[in-house]
Amino acid sequence: MGEVIVVTSGKGGVGKTTTTANLGTGLAKLNKKVVLIDTDIGLRNLDVVMGLENRIVYNLVDVIEGNCKLKQALIRDKKYESLFLLPAAQTKDKTSVTPEQMKKLTEELKAEYDYIILDCPAGIEQGFKNAIAGADRALVVTTPEVSAVRDADRIIGLLEANEIGKTQLIVNRLRPDMVKRGDMMSADDVIDILAVELVGQVPDDENIVIATNNGEPLVGDNSLAGQAYMNICRRVTGEQVPFLDLDAKKGIFSWFKKK
Amino acid sequence: MKLSDFFKKKSSSDVAKDRLKLVLVSDRATCSPEIMQRIRSDIIEVLSKYAEIDMDGIDINFTQMDTEENDGKTVPALYANIPIKNMNHSAK
Repeated sequence: MGEVIVVTSGKGGVGKTTTTANLGTGLAKLNKKVVLIDTDIGLRNLDVVMGLENRIVYNLVDVIEGNCKLKQALIRDKKYESLFLLPAAQTKDKTSVTPEQMKKLTEELKAEYDYIILDCPAGIEQGFKNAIAGADRALVVTTPEVSAVRDADRIIGLLEANEIGKTQLIVNRLRPDMVKRGDMMSADDVIDILAVELVGQVPDDENIVIATNNGEPLVGDNSLAGQAYMNICRRVTGEQVPFLDLDAKKGIFSWFKKK
Repeated sequence: MKLSDFFKKKSSSDVAKDRLKLVLVSDRATCSPEIMQRIRSDIIEVLSKYAEIDMDGIDINFTQMDTEENDGKTVPALYANIPIKNMNHSAK
């Protein structure tokens, strides 16, 4: 029986879609069967981040409305056999799907896949309600900024009110140099304020931009962000993984220093 | 780090933390303006039995307060500033 995980944030532009793509790809690397669902109807993006935009035939709304079979709408990943994407519709709006329909869909997928990961739209309206309807667990993505943390707090409250079993936090776009100078809140600062469990801290890494340009999630590569995302995937599967030292500079000197 | 840094005011991340804590207090209080209004009129009603209140000077709202227990975390608190014109000694 699979687990349904919703990736949400409240605020837009903090990295929900990037996180979803890397989480899904990383879990597939760990030999899990994974379906990613883009629930941002009208503003789909997970397809381009995954590099699968040219393979879309059917979408989420087609499945809900019965225009096609669920299997027909699932797009297999370019690299990983066990990874699938169910894209959002681009020409419909959020009211074309109801929370009950989403719940039914995720229940159906749970029978066959290990993880069903939902990329939630920004905001707290219908799209959010649809995305969390069938979720067993939530990963809240935030950045160390006042606006994003405030919205994350609101989202955490709403997830609790909707009795989502487990809520964990990912602090994205950390800049260790700024944290050191006292000009950016650390992941610990954010955890202190929000009082939830931390499941990952991801550094601000230009490799993310390059990966998105290419449509290939970087999870598991040598970049700091790639390692951070891989660690998140392992933690999601229940493994105990220590947090990365984001300040570690690559090279022989840092290797000596660490020893 | 320059010597002058020691005398500098709070770092911007500390400012961010303090501002966030404050804003979250009112966000989390989830006290709608309607409920706030009802709390106000109830407090006024009770106090009016004992004193004549300066209705224009009333200030009742939520704020945050540091606590000794709870690991020194801040908790929401209601503050009320109610100017009294006259004590009503004839009150039963």
